[in-house]
Amino acid sequence: MLYTLLCYNKEDVVWSWSKEEDEAVMNRLNVVHEKLVKEGKLGPALRLLPTTTATTLRGPDMVIDGPFAETKEQLLGFYVIDVADLDAALTVARELSAANPTSVYEIRPIALYVPEARENAPKDRVKAY
Amino acid sequence: MIHDPAWIDSTLTAARPQAVSALLRYFRDMDTAEEAYQEACLRALRNWPQNGPPRDPVAWLILVGRNAALDRTRRQSRDVALPPDDVISDLNDAEAPLVDRLDESHYRDDVLRLLFICCHPELPATQQIALALRIVSGLSVPQIARAFLVSDAAMEQRITRAKARIAKADVPFETPGAAERTERLAAVATMIYLLFNEGYTAGNEPARAALCDEAIRLARLLLRLFSVEPEIMGLTALMLLQQSRLPARFDRAGDAILLEDQDRSLWNGKLINEGLALLDKAMRHNRPGPYQVQAAIAATHTRAASFAETDWAAIDALYAALERMQPSPVVTLNRAVAVAKLHGPTAGLEMIAPLEKALSSYFHYFGARGAFLLQLGRTAEARTDFDRAISLAATPAQAAHIRQHLDRLIQDAT
Repeated sequence: MLYTLLCYNKEDVVWSWSKEEDEAVMNRLNVVHEKLVKEGKLGPALRLLPTTTATTLRGPDMVIDGPFAETKEQLLGFYVIDVADLDAALTVARELSAANPTSVYEIRPIALYVPEARENAPKDRVKAY
Repeated sequence: MIHDPAWIDSTLTAARPQAVSALLRYFRDMDTAEEAYQEACLRALRNWPQNGPPRDPVAWLILVGRNAALDRTRRQSRDVALPPDDVISDLNDAEAPLVDRLDESHYRDDVLRLLFICCHPELPATQQIALALRIVSGLSVPQIARAFLVSDAAMEQRITRAKARIAKADVPFETPGAAERTERLAAVATMIYLLFNEGYTAGNEPARAALCDEAIRLARLLLRLFSVEPEIMGLTALMLLQQSRLPARFDRAGDAILLEDQDRSLWNGKLINEGLALLDKAMRHNRPGPYQVQAAIAATHTRAASFAETDWAAIDALYAALERMQPSPVVTLNRAVAVAKLHGPTAGLEMIAPLEKALSSYFHYFGARGAFLLQLGRTAEARTDFDRAISLAATPAQAAHIRQHLDRLIQDAT
């Protein structure tokens, strides 16, 4: 089974960490990351930029500054896309929205991206879903 | 992790602007609000390690601070005690309605009011910044004194004076209208950028450089509360992009390294990504402003793989836009640097010739003119301008910049 682990924390605190504090946490995490890589368990991992950089697309035309803030909907999935800028990202989000009109898409830039580390990434298993 | 005092510290620091500003709305008196917050922090340090952190630390601090201050007032009058804070420690009963009342829109105007009070027009810029650092950021007087290179006593006096001044002034407690809010945001943005520059021009002394981090923290806070303001996005982007160069701005001896000589691989990619993302967001609004334009200039430098690959035409056009928005000889001077790159030093010289009177005591004017003259081979005139620039340098880092030019002149002459 593939799982996503979604990490939550207080962003104003985390983004106020000093370089040393941030590095201390990252170093501790990296120990875990390396272990998971060795065990062949780690897929892509990423750290998001703060919610202040987020833009939210509701329906085809409603672009809102800021993160997805409602509590009526739940997080159901996410995409990682590689495009030039926010406009290009919004174009992709609009295409997805057109195909799935009731969904809301928050567009959030990625601060740090660790690509798939496993040798045998389960392309076959993706089909199974 | 929750027993880690560092966690509590950073939570208290992050909560401070919102908590103090809500307490200020409640008590309408700065000293009472600050004392109430101090008391709440003391109780948090006692309570949180035992009971774990509350779900909403800001709401906890406001409630406990408010009760502590009320309790004190009551004790002074009638000796009627409130329930001990253990009872409200997990805030099961009190938290939900309180959080409802403290929704984002309340915080927004509270925090803006607190910042705006520090920007009182009667206060000189240095006092505005010192006050914001003390009241909003919660830095200690010695910390602020170190950042401004003055004694603790002098800083204490400066802050006391500033507080006395705003105590006499009318603090606006009613919810601001849209126009007022825009005005306040602009004043606060100016103060935050001054704070940033205070740290940025200081060079690499850690105490002063920390002011840049604090300015960015305040800007991020403002942006979370006012998420649709393109100029606040622009201001934050501008500071992030400038701050991203910090690891490359100084050599081992602490001397400044010019933008053209910086090792761009040392620039902080995380800050760059955040800055570019914010600028991207801001531009979608089609409401350009000076901070967005300055951020776009910084972004143009950021995007160039090397100094030689800088898109000077874009920088020229952006400075031209800034000249229209905010005409100033300093902006024209900066534009002239781009123009000289595009069309040669003579074009640069022509552009800045009319500025001499206005900038007769401006370090960068003589630095730039000296550099143009040097390129034209007019070394004697260049040397005069460089000497003049050194005599006008505000920091050792600035003087060091120019000495590099002079050293090159001397090397070439021998």
